[in-house]
Amino acid sequence: MDDMLKELTAQEYKEGFVTEVEQEFVPKGLNEDIIRTISRLKDEPQWLLDFRLDAFAKWQQMTPPTWGHLTLPPIDFQDIIYYAAPKRNADRPKEIDPALVETFDKLGIPIAEREYLAGVKDKREVAVDAVFDSVSVSTTFRKTLAEKGIIFCSFNEAVHEHPDLVRKYLASVVPVGDNFYAALNSAVFSDGSFCYVPKGVKCPMELSSYFRINASGTGQFERTLIVADEGAQLSYMEGCTAPMRDENQLHAAVVEIIVEKDADVKYSTVQNWYPGDAQGRGGILNLVTKRGLCRGAGSHLSWTQVETGSAITWKYPSTVLMGDDSSSEFYSVALTNNMQQADTGTKMIHIGRRTRSRIVSKGISAGHSQNSYRGLVRINPGASGARNYSQCDSLLIGSQCGAHTFPVILGANPTAVVEHEATTSKISEDQLFYCNQRGIPPEEAVGLIVNGYAQEVLQRLPMEFAVEARKLLQVSLEGSIG
Amino acid sequence: MENLLEIHGLHAGIAEREILKGIDLAVRPGQVHAIMGPNGAGKSTLGAVLAGRPDYTVTAGSVRYRGKDLLAMAPEERSWEGLFLSFQYPIEIPGVSLTNFMKAALSARRKHAGLPELSPAEFLRLLREKMAFVQMKSDFASRSVNVGFSGGEKKRNEIFQMAMLDPTLSILDETDSGLDVDALRIVADGVNRLRRPDNAAIVITHYKRLLEYIVPDVVHILKDGRIVRTGGPELVDLIEEKGFSEIDG
Repeated sequence: MDDMLKELTAQEYKEGFVTEVEQEFVPKGLNEDIIRTISRLKDEPQWLLDFRLDAFAKWQQMTPPTWGHLTLPPIDFQDIIYYAAPKRNADRPKEIDPALVETFDKLGIPIAEREYLAGVKDKREVAVDAVFDSVSVSTTFRKTLAEKGIIFCSFNEAVHEHPDLVRKYLASVVPVGDNFYAALNSAVFSDGSFCYVPKGVKCPMELSSYFRINASGTGQFERTLIVADEGAQLSYMEGCTAPMRDENQLHAAVVEIIVEKDADVKYSTVQNWYPGDAQGRGGILNLVTKRGLCRGAGSHLSWTQVETGSAITWKYPSTVLMGDDSSSEFYSVALTNNMQQADTGTKMIHIGRRTRSRIVSKGISAGHSQNSYRGLVRINPGASGARNYSQCDSLLIGSQCGAHTFPVILGANPTAVVEHEATTSKISEDQLFYCNQRGIPPEEAVGLIVNGYAQEVLQRLPMEFAVEARKLLQVSLEGSIG
Repeated sequence: MENLLEIHGLHAGIAEREILKGIDLAVRPGQVHAIMGPNGAGKSTLGAVLAGRPDYTVTAGSVRYRGKDLLAMAPEERSWEGLFLSFQYPIEIPGVSLTNFMKAALSARRKHAGLPELSPAEFLRLLREKMAFVQMKSDFASRSVNVGFSGGEKKRNEIFQMAMLDPTLSILDETDSGLDVDALRIVADGVNRLRRPDNAAIVITHYKRLLEYIVPDVVHILKDGRIVRTGGPELVDLIEEKGFSEIDG
């Protein structure tokens, strides 16, 4: 196989284009004035400005975490533009710039609700909140959803239209001072999605957010807040892309999910930020905090992530299982190629009785990349009868890459049952030759084998997403073998 | 008639060890050749070299297949040109269903031939027809390739794939090993029904058993990397009588 590793060619990253659109920026750098400016641009109430300033004060006292198995380039936080937004037409402020519609269209994200011919509906309807740099440009199907009492809008709109809900839940799962990047986000976050599904309501369509970084020299700091009230059900998808540039760009998001009694939330991510080039130049630094709170009894939260992008991924979607009989799953495929680095995994914190969690992590490393699984399963003293099952598999392609596993289990209740399994394997020459002999060319064969390896996770994704994810795994591996 | 396959003075081995020490062989369309010989004679190596297995190195000789230089082609190109190898030990591919595996194989082949992809309906019809051909239960279509298959099921799967790909030259490497009589009969029956005037097969085997079902036109005895004797089906009986050690050039 080593003989097959050739000079890595430029990866095909078809989302790497830049949209020419007039944008407004705040000046480079970070200080209280910048934060006040962002808050003013968003016409925010005083309590939110206070929230930001408090976070900024905390952040200034904090240092970046260094425990990740990552080599982070130094980040100059004064050399980043914290707010960039496409300018609105002064005469028609409600109108979306056609260049933006075209951009999202090109990315396959419909931000205009399409009219379907009677009886002809080739796809399931998906409501989209499209975020371009620091602002949400459009949220579709809001009316249809509102008829059921579901709120789905940009974070900024929620602040103005549903301040009580935002105040109640904001930072209730990820406290302002949780970690360095969460504190930074709390100080400067610009936009993101807000979703509230009321008691007993089953959301009739998939909800999704699509994050697009466009402007150079900026970072994206979105905030997502999802609340499923008692007995509510929803499925949420998140996607993201960015232009190809030689510079690193920072993405530091916070996602909070609150799941009340008997509610059910499914959160799926296909992360396709620009990964940098084959030599490791450029790419997104993806340093995000995602956490859900299964607050009510019998609540359920499921995470599914497919991570193929970013130069660096530092991400641990986690669940706090507070309600008795609540349960959560984390299904992950993380693929790294070329010089990419990923340190990703999950935390399952068992507090309630008979809480259950399941972790299935599939790492794939190719090129010169480093891929780590990091997980924490904590069983608190009161979590009688708690159960966890963890399975961490690593697949290596070639011999220049690394796969690492850092699982931590802390059990403080003798009635809990925790299981952990792990495997490491390589794509065998035999498997490749078998595929080749049947006429499947080498790159396609690797894609097929990798897809098979990741199948257990991919099958958890909503259908359209699964198709995308499969293609992405294939494309992301291009150039990994000769 | 022109030869389908022409091997001249073929020397090949693995790492520094020479296994094939000068093979000459010509196969015409419509023929079935049997290659027999003791363990370690180089039978499987011959199949692997013809299919282009990367860990084997050819040190001398030439192979022409359908008028082209076979050794210059990548394994998948050989496959597209109609060469099929039934593996002695079929490989497991977890998470990849037999349906998806065959879909990938077929569409790569059709793409190479400049043909449009089969529609899902056409593909499924073909899949079902060929599974029935080797009496494979339909639930195998959604199972991962060879994962959890019994020895017999794996071999049957090889013949199923052979039927799907409709090869011009099939190389069956020890397809009889590990099969009970019923499975052997099904596999042999499949191979026989795929015989046509325009295709050919090389059956590699250690035992006479399979050749009772697949009657060869030509029989070669391979010993220590060389073909020591070539004859008709009667050679099979001679081997049965005398054993390999008694036979030489």
